[in-house]
Amino acid sequence: MATTTAPGPVRPAGRPAGDDPPSRRGRRGVRRSYLPYLLLVPAALLELGIHVVPMLVGVWMSLLELTQFHIRDWSTAPFAGFENYRVTFDFDSATGRDLLHSFWVTALYTTLSVGFSWMLGLAAAVFLQRPFRGRALLRTLFLTPYALPVYTAVITWTFMFQRDTGLVNHALDQLGLIDGANPPFWLIGENSFVALLIVSVWKSWPFAFLCLMAGLQNVPPELYEASAIDGAGFWRRLRDVTLPMLRPVNQVLLLVLFLWTFNDFNTPYVLFGGSAPRQADLISIHIYQSSFVTWNFGLGSAMSVALLLFLLVVTAVYLLVTNRRREHA
Amino acid sequence: MAVAALLTTASLAACGESGDSSEGAAKTLTYWASNQGASIEFDKQTLQPELDKFEQQTGIKVNVEVVPWSDLLNRLLAAATSGKGPDVVNIGNTWSASLQATNALIPFDDATLAEVGGKDRFVPAALAAAGAPGKPPAAVPLYSLAYALYYNKKMFSDAGITAPPTTWEELVETGKKLTKSGQWGLAVEGANPSENSHHAFTFGQQWGGEWFDSAGKPTFDTPQNVAAVKRYVDLMAVDKIVNPSNAEYAQNQSVADFANRKAAMLLWQAAGSNFKAQGMSPDEWGIAPVPFPATPPPGGKKVNSMVAGINLAVFTHTENREGALQFVKFMTSDAEQVILNKTYGSLPSVKTANADPAFQAPEQKVLGEVLGSTAAPLPQVPEESQFETLVGTAMKELFADAAGGKPVTEAQVKEKLGVAQQKMGS
Repeated sequence: MATTTAPGPVRPAGRPAGDDPPSRRGRRGVRRSYLPYLLLVPAALLELGIHVVPMLVGVWMSLLELTQFHIRDWSTAPFAGFENYRVTFDFDSATGRDLLHSFWVTALYTTLSVGFSWMLGLAAAVFLQRPFRGRALLRTLFLTPYALPVYTAVITWTFMFQRDTGLVNHALDQLGLIDGANPPFWLIGENSFVALLIVSVWKSWPFAFLCLMAGLQNVPPELYEASAIDGAGFWRRLRDVTLPMLRPVNQVLLLVLFLWTFNDFNTPYVLFGGSAPRQADLISIHIYQSSFVTWNFGLGSAMSVALLLFLLVVTAVYLLVTNRRREHA
Repeated sequence: MAVAALLTTASLAACGESGDSSEGAAKTLTYWASNQGASIEFDKQTLQPELDKFEQQTGIKVNVEVVPWSDLLNRLLAAATSGKGPDVVNIGNTWSASLQATNALIPFDDATLAEVGGKDRFVPAALAAAGAPGKPPAAVPLYSLAYALYYNKKMFSDAGITAPPTTWEELVETGKKLTKSGQWGLAVEGANPSENSHHAFTFGQQWGGEWFDSAGKPTFDTPQNVAAVKRYVDLMAVDKIVNPSNAEYAQNQSVADFANRKAAMLLWQAAGSNFKAQGMSPDEWGIAPVPFPATPPPGGKKVNSMVAGINLAVFTHTENREGALQFVKFMTSDAEQVILNKTYGSLPSVKTANADPAFQAPEQKVLGEVLGSTAAPLPQVPEESQFETLVGTAMKELFADAAGGKPVTEAQVKEKLGVAQQKMGS
């Protein structure tokens, strides 16, 4: 990295200095300074087209009264100013109150899902750190949920969670854990949150496992040997060797898991068929309901912009805090 | 953000599909059909021979895509937004006024109607459900449907019941007799917002309620509507003639339950062909009009079904308006109406085709009588699709409460409907 960004021409390795005539050196210098930018252009264009422009369009939409009457020709949509935001943040009205409720549900869901996924991932990674017979098989097995297409997997969960014909209730009944004559619901009512959480953890823990496993490869075995000689037990080694060495991995992993889980749309959409029960009303599906289903795209965009700002703030604070802590450490 | 991204993707997808309509514009049409038969594949096989006939007659090739109901409204919305997509589409007739408001569909004024055979060809009740009153229809009716009460003949005779119930009181009494181990009196589709809202409309009419006032403003939580919704949900909550599991049904499991003899009664639209596909022979079930309250509540109307059906619409962005109208004329011709409606068990939307003996079977006779006398169109207001979603979802929550053993009180129903109404205004 350092050599390519250093100013001035850099010679390719292995070519003796003074090989180039002085007249060509100048031209190459100019070309080199353009080249990195030229190589960045496609990525920058794609980034603009895929992220920045739709984002700005979204911000613009949030300032319009964009309902079915204007959806065909946006220029006819009346400018609403911050009216959509006022409705979004009016927590006394049904719309604002439900959004706030949905926000808390999502916050709880994200905390629990990321927490469980991380713990499971760490446990599995530590367990598989040392070679033993069948390790490769277990690794493959653990990564299966990550390799399955989300829709197919969640549809299968939907079948499993059905009250009368689902595998989950059948298994619980066989184990004598539930009353077979009056089995619980998983896809509606209070349990729907638990069902959603189970699917979410099932879906995201292999990613945590994968990252942590990779991180553990970089922990020098000498550290464990040294600490073992010093008499450190399993928990002590975990706390004083493994976790500190994994800090850089954890910093990124937790952030990515948080963002993915907080924004998760596919899991609740497939699991609950578009209208989630109140107990499991995640924010992404709530926004979908408030815009697509009720055809109020201005309001939906305002909610989306608010969500984006919230996630930006959380991310910024998180990075600030974790980076500072690392500097102090 | 997500909304913008989804919209963009949706329009991109629509662009991709419209590729073949732009090349050789005069010779090709793209047609999105709704899923009317037991499967998408079945529909393709049903429609293809008819489309081939049309190509023979006019030289216009029609590329058909059968779109599942769960995607259809979003796909239509994306096509309306982007101005790209199909030329001709099937729409649920209750969406007519909502889609009309987008101005993305060509209005069928008298001149346009004349091009497809004239206004007088169509059944008036069906044409009335094709757009807001006072405006030229946004579509023409294609298939007509109505709700009816389906019942299992053997279960009825085993329990000594000689005639299907005509009042809700009788239905509850009958249902109680028929509810025993492994068998329930009635099956409902409790987690399907559309189905729920259709019943909300019918019960509302019978209890003297209106979901929108004459100015088009929502009036969801009136005492009449509260009583109506409560009556429907109480079939599970109080009368206990509906299996609590039905609270999570949204994929036509209630039809399957009826066809598999797990439920004795079902309120559905033209379900006969579906029963047959699931292995229930036509002489196993009977059909009757949907019941009424024994003593009509004040202001109650003699309505026991919505005017259900599928309409055929043409997008204004079509590059082949003439060909699209020719196709509409073809699909609403007597011959095609008989063939297609016969296959789907629905009723023709044109008067002349209704005389065909195919529509004198007991099921079609009952549906035809209901449509002709006691069916009313859902409110034809632009916010109709929001009504279906919000009220239907509120009822899904009420069913979930009932299934979970919680009492469903009038106050709760009123609160849920009130919240749904507030969301309409925002």
